[in-house]
Amino acid sequence: MEKLDLQALGLRALNEKLQNQTDETNQKDWEIINPRGSHAIAVGVDAPINVTVRGSTGYYCGGMNKQAHIHVDGSAGPGVAENMMSGTVTIDGDASQYAGATGHGGTLVIKGNAASRCGISMKGIDIVVHGNIGHMSAFMAQSGNLVVCGDAGDALGDSIYEARLFVRGAVKSLGADCIEKEMRPEHLDILRDLLEKAGCDAKPEEFKRYGSARQLYNFKIDNAY
Amino acid sequence: MCGIVGLFLKDKSLEADLGRMLSEMLVTMTDRGPDSAGIAVYNAHQAGQAKITVQADNPQVDFDGLDKKLGVAIGTSVKMDIRDTHAVLTMPQASLDTAMAELRQLDPVIRIMGRGESIEIYKEVGLPETVVSRFDIAKMSGTHGIGHTRMATESAVTTMGAHPFNTDSDQCLVHNGSLSNHNSLRRKLRRENIRIETENDTEVAAAYLTWKLQNGSSLGEALESSLNDLDGFFTFVVGTKDGFGVVRDPIACKPAVMAETDSYVAFGSEYRALVNLPNIEQARVWEPEPATVYFWNH
Repeated sequence: MEKLDLQALGLRALNEKLQNQTDETNQKDWEIINPRGSHAIAVGVDAPINVTVRGSTGYYCGGMNKQAHIHVDGSAGPGVAENMMSGTVTIDGDASQYAGATGHGGTLVIKGNAASRCGISMKGIDIVVHGNIGHMSAFMAQSGNLVVCGDAGDALGDSIYEARLFVRGAVKSLGADCIEKEMRPEHLDILRDLLEKAGCDAKPEEFKRYGSARQLYNFKIDNAY
Repeated sequence: MCGIVGLFLKDKSLEADLGRMLSEMLVTMTDRGPDSAGIAVYNAHQAGQAKITVQADNPQVDFDGLDKKLGVAIGTSVKMDIRDTHAVLTMPQASLDTAMAELRQLDPVIRIMGRGESIEIYKEVGLPETVVSRFDIAKMSGTHGIGHTRMATESAVTTMGAHPFNTDSDQCLVHNGSLSNHNSLRRKLRRENIRIETENDTEVAAAYLTWKLQNGSSLGEALESSLNDLDGFFTFVVGTKDGFGVVRDPIACKPAVMAETDSYVAFGSEYRALVNLPNIEQARVWEPEPATVYFWNH
Protein backbone atom coordinates (compact mmCIF):
# COMPACT_ATOMS: atom_id res chain seq x y z
CA MET A 1 0.00 0.00 0.00
CA GLU A 2 1.42 3.36 -1.00
CA LYS A 3 -0.04 6.34 0.78
CA LEU A 4 -0.26 9.71 -1.01
CA ASP A 5 -1.05 12.92 0.86
CA LEU A 6 -2.80 15.17 -1.65
CA GLN A 7 -2.16 18.34 0.31
CA ALA A 8 1.57 17.60 0.61
CA LEU A 9 2.06 16.30 -2.91
CA GLY A 10 -0.23 18.50 -4.96
CA LEU A 11 -2.75 17.30 -7.52
CA ARG A 12 -0.51 17.10 -10.60
CA ALA A 13 2.20 15.07 -8.89
CA LEU A 14 -0.35 12.75 -7.37
CA ASN A 15 -2.15 12.10 -10.64
CA GLU A 16 1.16 11.68 -12.44
CA LYS A 17 2.16 8.90 -10.03
CA LEU A 18 -1.12 7.09 -10.64
CA GLN A 19 -1.06 7.67 -14.39
CA ASN A 20 2.50 6.29 -14.60
CA GLN A 21 1.33 2.86 -13.42
CA THR A 22 1.15 0.24 -16.16
CA ASP A 23 -0.43 -3.19 -16.60
CA GLU A 24 2.70 -4.78 -15.11
CA THR A 25 2.91 -2.63 -11.98
CA ASN A 26 3.65 -4.36 -8.70
CA GLN A 27 2.30 -1.43 -6.72
CA LYS A 28 -1.35 -2.49 -6.77
CA ASP A 29 -2.74 -0.63 -3.74
CA TRP A 30 -2.86 3.13 -3.29
CA GLU A 31 -4.39 5.31 -0.65
CA ILE A 32 -5.04 9.03 -1.03
CA ILE A 33 -5.38 11.04 2.14
CA ASN A 34 -6.49 14.67 2.67
CA PRO A 35 -8.60 14.99 -0.50
CA ARG A 36 -10.52 17.91 1.09
CA GLY A 37 -12.99 18.14 -1.78
CA SER A 38 -10.26 18.73 -4.40
CA HIS A 39 -11.03 18.46 -8.09
CA ALA A 40 -9.89 15.83 -10.61
CA ILE A 41 -8.49 13.29 -8.13
CA ALA A 42 -7.29 10.06 -9.80
CA VAL A 43 -8.33 11.01 -13.33
CA GLY A 44 -6.99 9.27 -16.41
CA VAL A 45 -5.65 6.20 -14.61
CA ASP A 46 -4.98 3.28 -16.97
CA ALA A 47 -3.71 0.34 -14.88
CA PRO A 48 -5.25 -2.49 -12.84
CA ILE A 49 -4.67 -0.81 -9.47
CA ASN A 50 -6.82 -0.17 -6.40
CA VAL A 51 -7.11 3.44 -5.29
CA THR A 52 -8.86 4.38 -2.06
CA VAL A 53 -9.60 8.05 -1.40
CA ARG A 54 -10.05 8.78 2.33
CA GLY A 55 -12.58 11.59 2.39
CA SER A 56 -14.83 13.52 0.03
CA THR A 57 -13.84 14.67 -3.45
CA GLY A 58 -14.73 17.62 -5.68
CA TYR A 59 -15.38 17.75 -9.41
CA TYR A 60 -14.51 14.89 -11.81
CA CYS A 61 -13.00 12.28 -9.47
CA GLY A 62 -12.03 9.12 -11.37
CA GLY A 63 -12.76 10.71 -14.74
CA MET A 64 -11.73 8.75 -17.86
CA ASN A 65 -10.82 5.79 -15.67
CA LYS A 66 -9.53 2.63 -17.40
CA GLN A 67 -9.02 -0.61 -15.48
CA ALA A 68 -8.51 0.89 -12.03
CA HIS A 69 -10.76 0.27 -9.03
CA ILE A 70 -11.31 3.61 -7.39
CA HIS A 71 -13.08 3.78 -4.04
CA VAL A 72 -14.12 7.03 -2.40
CA ASP A 73 -14.59 6.72 1.34
CA GLY A 74 -16.81 9.81 1.40
CA SER A 75 -18.99 11.73 -1.06
CA ALA A 76 -18.13 12.85 -4.59
CA GLY A 77 -18.66 16.19 -6.31
CA PRO A 78 -20.01 16.81 -9.83
CA GLY A 79 -19.01 14.57 -12.73
CA VAL A 80 -17.61 11.60 -10.82
CA ALA A 81 -16.33 8.86 -13.18
CA GLU A 82 -17.12 11.08 -16.15
CA ASN A 83 -16.33 9.28 -19.40
CA MET A 84 -15.13 6.13 -17.62
CA MET A 85 -13.91 3.46 -20.03
CA SER A 86 -13.50 0.40 -17.77
CA GLY A 87 -12.75 -0.57 -14.16
CA THR A 88 -14.90 0.47 -11.23
CA VAL A 89 -15.59 3.62 -9.25
CA THR A 90 -17.36 3.17 -5.90
CA ILE A 91 -18.65 6.05 -3.82
CA ASP A 92 -19.56 5.28 -0.20
CA GLY A 93 -21.54 8.50 0.25
CA ASP A 94 -23.55 10.63 -2.17
CA ALA A 95 -22.62 11.80 -5.65
CA SER A 96 -23.34 15.26 -7.04
CA GLN A 97 -24.77 16.02 -10.46
CA TYR A 98 -23.90 14.21 -13.71
CA ALA A 99 -22.30 11.15 -12.11
CA GLY A 100 -21.01 8.76 -14.76
CA ALA A 101 -21.75 11.20 -17.59
CA THR A 102 -20.84 9.92 -21.07
CA GLY A 103 -19.26 6.75 -19.53
CA HIS A 104 -18.30 4.14 -22.11
CA GLY A 105 -17.72 1.18 -19.81
CA GLY A 106 -16.89 -0.03 -16.33
CA THR A 107 -19.12 0.10 -13.27
CA LEU A 108 -19.99 3.10 -11.11
CA VAL A 109 -21.52 2.26 -7.74
CA ILE A 110 -22.99 5.02 -5.57
CA LYS A 111 -23.98 3.80 -2.11
CA GLY A 112 -25.86 6.97 -1.18
CA ASN A 113 -27.93 9.18 -3.47
CA ALA A 114 -27.00 10.69 -6.82
CA ALA A 115 -28.12 14.21 -7.74
CA SER A 116 -29.48 15.40 -11.08
CA ARG A 117 -28.36 14.20 -14.53
CA CYS A 118 -26.93 10.89 -13.31
CA GLY A 119 -25.79 8.89 -16.34
CA ILE A 120 -26.42 11.70 -18.80
CA SER A 121 -25.39 10.55 -22.29
CA MET A 122 -24.08 7.25 -20.93
CA LYS A 123 -22.52 5.14 -23.65
CA GLY A 124 -22.05 1.68 -22.15
CA ILE A 125 -21.24 2.26 -18.49
CA ASP A 126 -23.16 0.40 -15.77
CA ILE A 127 -24.30 2.60 -12.89
CA VAL A 128 -25.83 1.25 -9.68
CA VAL A 129 -27.23 3.75 -7.19
CA HIS A 130 -28.25 2.35 -3.81
CA GLY A 131 -30.34 5.43 -3.01
CA ASN A 132 -32.27 7.93 -5.16
CA ILE A 133 -31.35 9.86 -8.30
CA GLY A 134 -32.26 13.43 -9.27
CA HIS A 135 -34.01 14.95 -12.25
CA MET A 136 -33.00 14.54 -15.91
CA SER A 137 -31.07 11.36 -15.21
CA ALA A 138 -30.08 9.19 -18.20
CA PHE A 139 -30.83 12.11 -20.54
CA MET A 140 -29.92 10.95 -24.07
CA ALA A 141 -28.53 7.72 -22.61
CA GLN A 142 -27.21 5.63 -25.44
CA SER A 143 -26.09 2.31 -24.01
CA GLY A 144 -25.38 0.57 -20.70
CA ASN A 145 -27.47 0.03 -17.58
CA LEU A 146 -28.64 2.43 -14.89
CA VAL A 147 -29.93 0.69 -11.75
CA VAL A 148 -31.67 2.75 -9.07
CA CYS A 149 -32.65 1.07 -5.83
CA GLY A 150 -34.54 4.12 -4.58
CA ASP A 151 -36.62 6.71 -6.46
CA ALA A 152 -35.94 8.67 -9.65
CA GLY A 153 -36.61 12.41 -10.11
CA ASP A 154 -38.36 14.22 -12.94
CA ALA A 155 -37.85 13.49 -16.64
CA LEU A 156 -36.08 10.17 -16.32
CA GLY A 157 -34.55 8.97 -19.58
CA ASP A 158 -35.52 11.97 -21.70
CA SER A 159 -34.61 11.35 -25.38
CA ILE A 160 -33.09 8.00 -24.46
CA TYR A 161 -31.58 5.69 -27.09
CA GLU A 162 -30.73 2.10 -26.14
CA ALA A 163 -29.68 2.22 -22.47
CA ARG A 164 -31.66 0.15 -19.96
CA LEU A 165 -33.01 1.83 -16.86
CA PHE A 166 -34.08 -0.19 -13.82
CA VAL A 167 -35.82 1.59 -10.95
CA ARG A 168 -37.08 -0.06 -7.77
CA GLY A 169 -38.90 2.92 -6.26
CA ALA A 170 -41.11 5.66 -7.68
CA VAL A 171 -40.32 7.58 -10.85
CA LYS A 172 -41.48 11.18 -10.48
CA SER A 173 -41.94 11.54 -14.23
CA LEU A 174 -40.60 10.05 -17.44
CA GLY A 175 -38.89 12.23 -20.01
CA ALA A 176 -39.81 12.47 -23.70
CA ASP A 177 -39.89 9.09 -25.46
CA CYS A 178 -39.08 7.11 -22.30
CA ILE A 179 -41.58 4.38 -21.38
CA GLU A 180 -41.91 1.51 -18.98
CA LYS A 181 -41.00 -1.75 -20.69
CA GLU A 182 -41.51 -5.43 -20.12
CA MET A 183 -39.01 -7.06 -17.75
CA ARG A 184 -37.90 -10.22 -19.55
CA PRO A 185 -35.75 -13.02 -18.08
CA GLU A 186 -32.58 -11.67 -19.73
CA HIS A 187 -33.14 -8.33 -17.99
CA LEU A 188 -33.55 -10.02 -14.64
CA ASP A 189 -30.23 -11.78 -15.27
CA ILE A 190 -28.44 -8.51 -16.09
CA LEU A 191 -29.97 -6.86 -13.04
CA ARG A 192 -29.11 -9.76 -10.69
CA ASP A 193 -25.52 -9.61 -11.84
CA LEU A 194 -25.26 -5.83 -11.42
CA LEU A 195 -26.88 -5.85 -7.96
CA GLU A 196 -24.50 -8.53 -6.83
CA LYS A 197 -21.48 -6.66 -8.18
CA ALA A 198 -22.66 -3.52 -6.40
CA GLY A 199 -23.15 -5.28 -3.07
CA CYS A 200 -26.85 -4.52 -3.05
CA ASP A 201 -29.34 -6.95 -1.55
CA ALA A 202 -32.39 -5.73 -3.52
CA LYS A 203 -34.22 -8.36 -5.54
CA PRO A 204 -34.36 -8.02 -9.35
CA GLU A 205 -38.10 -8.77 -9.30
CA GLU A 206 -38.73 -5.55 -7.32
CA PHE A 207 -37.59 -3.33 -10.19
CA LYS A 208 -39.32 -1.91 -13.23
CA ARG A 209 -37.56 -1.44 -16.52
CA TYR A 210 -37.68 1.75 -18.59
CA GLY A 211 -36.31 2.45 -22.03
CA SER A 212 -36.89 4.13 -25.35
CA ALA A 213 -40.25 4.07 -27.12
CA ARG A 214 -38.24 4.80 -30.27
CA GLN A 215 -40.73 7.39 -31.46
CA LEU A 216 -38.58 10.54 -31.49
CA TYR A 217 -37.58 12.01 -34.85
CA ASN A 218 -34.22 10.26 -34.86
CA PHE A 219 -36.11 6.97 -34.87
CA LYS A 220 -39.08 8.18 -36.97
CA ILE A 221 -38.35 11.07 -39.27
CA ASP A 222 -42.08 11.80 -39.64
CA ASN A 223 -42.02 12.91 -36.00
CA ALA A 224 -39.54 15.73 -36.71
CA TYR A 225 -40.91 19.22 -36.25
CA MET B 1 -19.35 30.37 -12.26
CA CYS B 2 -19.12 32.46 -9.02
CA GLY B 3 -18.57 31.07 -5.58
CA ILE B 4 -20.88 31.40 -2.61
CA VAL B 5 -20.27 30.69 1.06
CA GLY B 6 -22.58 31.18 4.00
CA LEU B 7 -22.49 30.48 7.69
CA PHE B 8 -25.35 30.64 10.17
CA LEU B 9 -24.26 30.03 13.75
CA LYS B 10 -26.43 28.25 16.30
CA ASP B 11 -23.66 28.10 18.91
CA LYS B 12 -22.98 31.55 20.38
CA SER B 13 -19.46 30.55 21.38
CA LEU B 14 -18.50 30.49 17.68
CA GLU B 15 -19.64 34.07 17.04
CA ALA B 16 -16.20 35.56 17.67
CA ASP B 17 -14.83 33.35 14.88
CA LEU B 18 -17.50 34.08 12.26
CA GLY B 19 -15.36 36.47 10.22
CA ARG B 20 -12.35 34.17 10.27
CA MET B 21 -14.35 31.10 9.23
CA LEU B 22 -16.21 32.96 6.47
CA SER B 23 -12.97 34.49 5.17
CA GLU B 24 -11.30 31.07 4.91
CA MET B 25 -14.35 29.61 3.20
CA LEU B 26 -14.46 32.44 0.67
CA VAL B 27 -10.75 32.30 -0.17
CA THR B 28 -11.16 28.57 -0.94
CA MET B 29 -13.69 29.52 -3.62
CA THR B 30 -11.36 32.00 -5.36
CA ASP B 31 -11.02 30.00 -8.57
CA ARG B 32 -14.78 30.07 -9.07
CA GLY B 33 -14.65 33.82 -9.65
CA PRO B 34 -11.68 36.15 -9.28
CA ASP B 35 -13.32 39.44 -10.42
CA SER B 36 -14.61 40.80 -7.14
CA ALA B 37 -15.53 39.62 -3.69
CA GLY B 38 -17.85 40.65 -0.92
CA ILE B 39 -19.02 39.68 2.52
CA ALA B 40 -22.09 40.54 4.56
CA VAL B 41 -21.66 40.12 8.30
CA TYR B 42 -24.59 40.30 10.72
CA ASN B 43 -23.90 41.52 14.23
CA ALA B 44 -26.24 43.55 16.38
CA HIS B 45 -23.84 44.96 18.95
CA GLN B 46 -25.84 48.06 19.77
CA ALA B 47 -29.57 47.83 20.45
CA GLY B 48 -31.60 50.69 19.00
CA GLN B 49 -28.81 51.67 16.61
CA ALA B 50 -28.67 51.22 12.84
CA LYS B 51 -25.70 51.06 10.50
CA ILE B 52 -25.08 52.19 6.94
CA THR B 53 -22.01 50.80 5.18
CA VAL B 54 -20.68 53.23 2.56
CA GLN B 55 -17.82 53.07 0.08
CA ALA B 56 -15.68 55.71 -1.63
CA ASP B 57 -12.75 55.51 -4.01
CA ASN B 58 -10.67 58.06 -2.05
CA PRO B 59 -11.60 57.33 1.53
CA GLN B 60 -9.17 59.83 3.09
CA VAL B 61 -10.75 62.72 1.24
CA ASP B 62 -14.28 61.45 0.71
CA PHE B 63 -14.90 60.27 4.30
CA ASP B 64 -13.34 63.36 5.86
CA GLY B 65 -16.03 64.90 8.07
CA LEU B 66 -18.75 62.67 6.60
CA ASP B 67 -20.03 61.69 10.07
CA LYS B 68 -20.41 65.35 11.08
CA LYS B 69 -22.04 66.37 7.79
CA LEU B 70 -24.53 63.52 8.01
CA GLY B 71 -25.13 64.20 11.69
CA VAL B 72 -26.03 67.83 10.97
CA ALA B 73 -28.28 66.78 8.10
CA ILE B 74 -30.28 64.31 10.20
CA GLY B 75 -30.07 66.20 13.49
CA THR B 76 -28.38 63.54 15.60
CA SER B 77 -24.89 62.27 16.24
CA VAL B 78 -23.36 59.79 13.80
CA LYS B 79 -20.40 57.55 14.58
CA MET B 80 -18.05 56.53 11.78
CA ASP B 81 -15.69 53.55 11.63
CA ILE B 82 -13.46 53.53 8.57
CA ARG B 83 -12.11 50.30 7.13
CA ASP B 84 -10.09 50.83 3.98
CA THR B 85 -12.51 52.04 1.27
CA HIS B 86 -15.56 51.41 3.43
CA ALA B 87 -17.02 53.18 6.44
CA VAL B 88 -19.75 52.10 8.80
CA LEU B 89 -21.96 54.98 9.91
CA THR B 90 -23.90 54.27 13.10
CA MET B 91 -26.97 56.28 14.12
CA PRO B 92 -30.23 55.77 16.03
CA GLN B 93 -32.50 53.24 14.32
CA ALA B 94 -35.26 55.86 13.98
CA SER B 95 -32.98 58.03 11.80
CA LEU B 96 -32.03 55.29 9.31
CA ASP B 97 -34.44 56.22 6.51
CA THR B 98 -33.67 59.95 6.77
CA ALA B 99 -29.96 59.19 6.81
CA MET B 100 -30.27 57.06 3.66
CA ALA B 101 -32.09 59.87 1.87
CA GLU B 102 -29.60 62.51 3.06
CA LEU B 103 -26.58 60.39 2.12
CA ARG B 104 -27.83 60.07 -1.44
CA GLN B 105 -28.05 63.90 -1.64
CA LEU B 106 -24.89 64.68 0.28
CA ASP B 107 -22.11 63.59 -2.05
CA PRO B 108 -22.29 61.50 -5.24
CA VAL B 109 -18.89 59.87 -4.58
CA ILE B 110 -20.32 58.11 -1.51
CA ARG B 111 -21.80 54.76 -2.53
CA ILE B 112 -24.14 52.87 -0.23
CA MET B 113 -23.25 49.19 0.23
CA GLY B 114 -25.84 48.24 2.80
CA ARG B 115 -27.93 49.28 5.75
CA GLY B 116 -29.75 47.75 8.67
CA GLU B 117 -29.68 47.15 12.39
CA SER B 118 -27.09 44.42 12.19
CA ILE B 119 -25.75 44.07 8.61
CA GLU B 120 -22.39 45.38 7.43
CA ILE B 121 -21.34 44.79 3.80
CA TYR B 122 -17.80 44.96 2.49
CA LYS B 123 -17.20 44.40 -1.21
CA GLU B 124 -14.60 45.40 -3.75
CA VAL B 125 -13.07 44.44 -7.08
CA GLY B 126 -10.21 41.98 -6.56
CA LEU B 127 -9.43 38.52 -5.26
CA PRO B 128 -11.20 37.26 -2.12
CA GLU B 129 -7.89 37.04 -0.27
CA THR B 130 -7.16 40.71 -0.96
CA VAL B 131 -10.67 41.87 -0.20
CA VAL B 132 -11.00 40.02 3.13
CA SER B 133 -7.61 41.24 4.30
CA ARG B 134 -8.24 44.85 3.24
CA PHE B 135 -11.28 44.92 5.48
CA ASP B 136 -9.84 42.64 8.17
CA ILE B 137 -12.94 40.47 7.96
CA ALA B 138 -11.21 37.69 9.92
CA LYS B 139 -11.44 39.75 13.12
CA MET B 140 -15.18 40.37 12.82
CA SER B 141 -17.68 38.61 15.00
CA GLY B 142 -21.29 37.98 14.14
CA THR B 143 -24.29 35.69 14.21
CA HIS B 144 -24.34 34.86 10.50
CA GLY B 145 -22.73 35.96 7.28
CA ILE B 146 -22.63 35.43 3.53
CA GLY B 147 -19.71 35.74 1.12
CA HIS B 148 -19.44 35.80 -2.65
CA THR B 149 -16.67 35.74 -5.20
CA ARG B 150 -17.74 36.89 -8.62
CA MET B 151 -17.13 35.90 -12.21
CA ALA B 152 -19.08 38.62 -13.94
CA THR B 153 -21.49 37.83 -16.76
CA GLU B 154 -24.39 40.28 -16.67
CA SER B 155 -22.83 43.61 -15.74
CA ALA B 156 -19.50 45.39 -15.39
CA VAL B 157 -16.82 44.46 -12.84
CA THR B 158 -17.25 47.32 -10.37
CA THR B 159 -17.73 47.71 -6.63
CA MET B 160 -21.42 48.32 -7.19
CA GLY B 161 -21.67 45.18 -9.31
CA ALA B 162 -20.11 43.00 -6.61
CA HIS B 163 -22.30 40.89 -4.31
CA PRO B 164 -23.90 40.84 -1.71
CA PHE B 165 -26.73 43.17 -2.74
CA ASN B 166 -28.69 44.94 -0.05
CA THR B 167 -32.02 46.42 -1.18
CA ASP B 168 -33.71 46.94 2.17
CA SER B 169 -32.83 47.05 5.82
CA ASP B 170 -30.82 43.97 6.87
CA GLN B 171 -31.64 42.04 3.69
CA CYS B 172 -28.97 40.74 1.41
CA LEU B 173 -28.68 38.32 -1.46
CA VAL B 174 -25.85 36.65 -3.35
CA HIS B 175 -26.21 34.72 -6.58
CA ASN B 176 -24.48 32.14 -8.68
CA GLY B 177 -26.01 32.07 -12.14
CA SER B 178 -27.58 34.56 -14.50
CA LEU B 179 -31.11 35.87 -14.92
CA SER B 180 -32.58 36.39 -18.37
CA ASN B 181 -35.65 38.48 -17.49
CA HIS B 182 -33.91 41.03 -15.27
CA ASN B 183 -34.48 43.99 -17.60
CA SER B 184 -38.26 43.63 -17.74
CA LEU B 185 -38.44 42.83 -14.04
CA ARG B 186 -36.29 45.88 -13.19
CA ARG B 187 -38.70 48.13 -15.10
CA LYS B 188 -41.64 46.56 -13.30
CA LEU B 189 -40.05 46.93 -9.87
CA ARG B 190 -39.08 50.56 -10.54
CA ARG B 191 -42.70 51.27 -11.42
CA GLU B 192 -43.52 49.82 -7.99
CA ASN B 193 -41.11 52.38 -6.47
CA ILE B 194 -38.44 49.81 -5.59
CA ARG B 195 -35.05 51.47 -5.84
CA ILE B 196 -32.50 49.63 -8.03
CA GLU B 197 -29.07 51.17 -8.40
CA THR B 198 -27.29 49.08 -11.06
CA GLU B 199 -27.76 47.19 -14.29
CA ASN B 200 -26.86 43.96 -12.51
CA ASP B 201 -29.23 40.97 -12.71
CA THR B 202 -28.66 39.91 -9.10
CA GLU B 203 -29.68 43.27 -7.70
CA VAL B 204 -33.02 42.75 -9.44
CA ALA B 205 -33.46 39.43 -7.63
CA ALA B 206 -32.66 41.14 -4.32
CA ALA B 207 -35.07 43.97 -5.13
CA TYR B 208 -37.73 41.44 -6.12
CA LEU B 209 -37.54 39.85 -2.65
CA THR B 210 -37.71 43.31 -1.05
CA TRP B 211 -40.84 44.08 -3.07
CA LYS B 212 -42.46 40.79 -2.03
CA LEU B 213 -41.58 41.32 1.62
CA GLN B 214 -42.92 44.87 1.56
CA ASN B 215 -46.18 43.46 0.22
CA GLY B 216 -46.66 41.10 3.11
CA SER B 217 -44.88 37.92 2.01
CA SER B 218 -42.71 36.05 4.45
CA LEU B 219 -39.18 35.42 3.25
CA GLY B 220 -40.12 31.79 2.60
CA GLU B 221 -43.09 32.88 0.47
CA ALA B 222 -40.97 35.45 -1.38
CA LEU B 223 -38.38 32.80 -2.21
CA GLU B 224 -41.14 30.41 -3.35
CA SER B 225 -42.58 33.00 -5.72
CA SER B 226 -39.10 33.81 -7.08
CA LEU B 227 -39.16 30.32 -8.59
CA ASN B 228 -42.06 31.42 -10.81
CA ASP B 229 -41.10 35.01 -11.51
CA LEU B 230 -37.34 34.80 -12.09
CA ASP B 231 -36.20 33.27 -15.37
CA GLY B 232 -32.67 31.95 -15.55
CA PHE B 233 -30.11 30.03 -13.58
CA PHE B 234 -29.73 30.69 -9.92
CA THR B 235 -28.52 29.44 -6.64
CA PHE B 236 -29.37 32.18 -4.16
CA VAL B 237 -28.28 32.57 -0.57
CA VAL B 238 -30.14 35.29 1.31
CA GLY B 239 -29.68 36.85 4.69
CA THR B 240 -32.09 38.72 6.96
CA LYS B 241 -31.55 40.21 10.40
CA ASP B 242 -32.01 36.85 12.07
CA GLY B 243 -32.32 34.39 9.21
CA PHE B 244 -30.52 32.62 6.42
CA GLY B 245 -32.12 31.07 3.33
CA VAL B 246 -31.16 29.07 0.23
CA VAL B 247 -33.01 28.40 -3.00
CA ARG B 248 -31.97 26.89 -6.35
CA ASP B 249 -33.80 27.08 -9.66
CA PRO B 250 -35.57 23.93 -10.92
CA ILE B 251 -32.73 22.97 -13.30
CA ALA B 252 -30.18 23.36 -10.47
CA CYS B 253 -27.00 23.27 -12.52
CA LYS B 254 -25.33 25.82 -10.24
CA PRO B 255 -23.69 23.77 -7.51
CA ALA B 256 -24.55 23.91 -3.82
CA VAL B 257 -23.51 21.92 -0.78
CA MET B 258 -24.82 22.38 2.73
CA ALA B 259 -23.67 21.12 6.10
CA GLU B 260 -25.47 21.22 9.42
CA THR B 261 -24.35 20.40 12.94
CA ASP B 262 -25.68 21.41 16.36
CA SER B 263 -23.38 24.43 16.12
CA TYR B 264 -23.98 25.83 12.62
CA VAL B 265 -25.55 25.64 9.17
CA ALA B 266 -23.05 26.20 6.37
CA PHE B 267 -23.35 26.71 2.65
CA GLY B 268 -20.65 26.32 0.00
CA SER B 269 -20.68 26.24 -3.79
CA GLU B 270 -18.41 23.25 -3.30
CA TYR B 271 -17.54 20.94 -0.43
CA ARG B 272 -14.00 22.38 -0.50
CA ALA B 273 -15.35 25.53 1.14
CA LEU B 274 -16.57 23.57 4.16
CA VAL B 275 -13.59 21.34 4.98
CA ASN B 276 -12.12 23.57 7.70
CA LEU B 277 -15.35 23.98 9.67
CA PRO B 278 -15.39 22.48 13.16
CA ASN B 279 -16.55 18.85 13.25
CA ILE B 280 -17.35 18.82 9.55
CA GLU B 281 -16.74 15.05 9.53
CA GLN B 282 -19.74 14.63 11.83
CA ALA B 283 -21.95 17.15 10.01
CA ARG B 284 -24.97 16.20 7.94
CA VAL B 285 -23.82 17.14 4.43
CA TRP B 286 -26.27 17.34 1.55
CA GLU B 287 -27.09 19.14 -1.69
CA PRO B 288 -30.14 21.38 -1.51
CA GLU B 289 -32.89 20.06 -3.78
CA PRO B 290 -33.91 22.01 -6.89
CA ALA B 291 -36.84 24.43 -6.54
CA THR B 292 -36.93 23.92 -2.78
CA VAL B 293 -36.71 26.72 -0.22
CA TYR B 294 -34.51 26.21 2.82
CA PHE B 295 -34.55 28.62 5.72
CA TRP B 296 -33.11 28.92 9.21
CA ASN B 297 -33.97 31.51 11.87
CA HIS B 298 -32.41 32.53 15.15
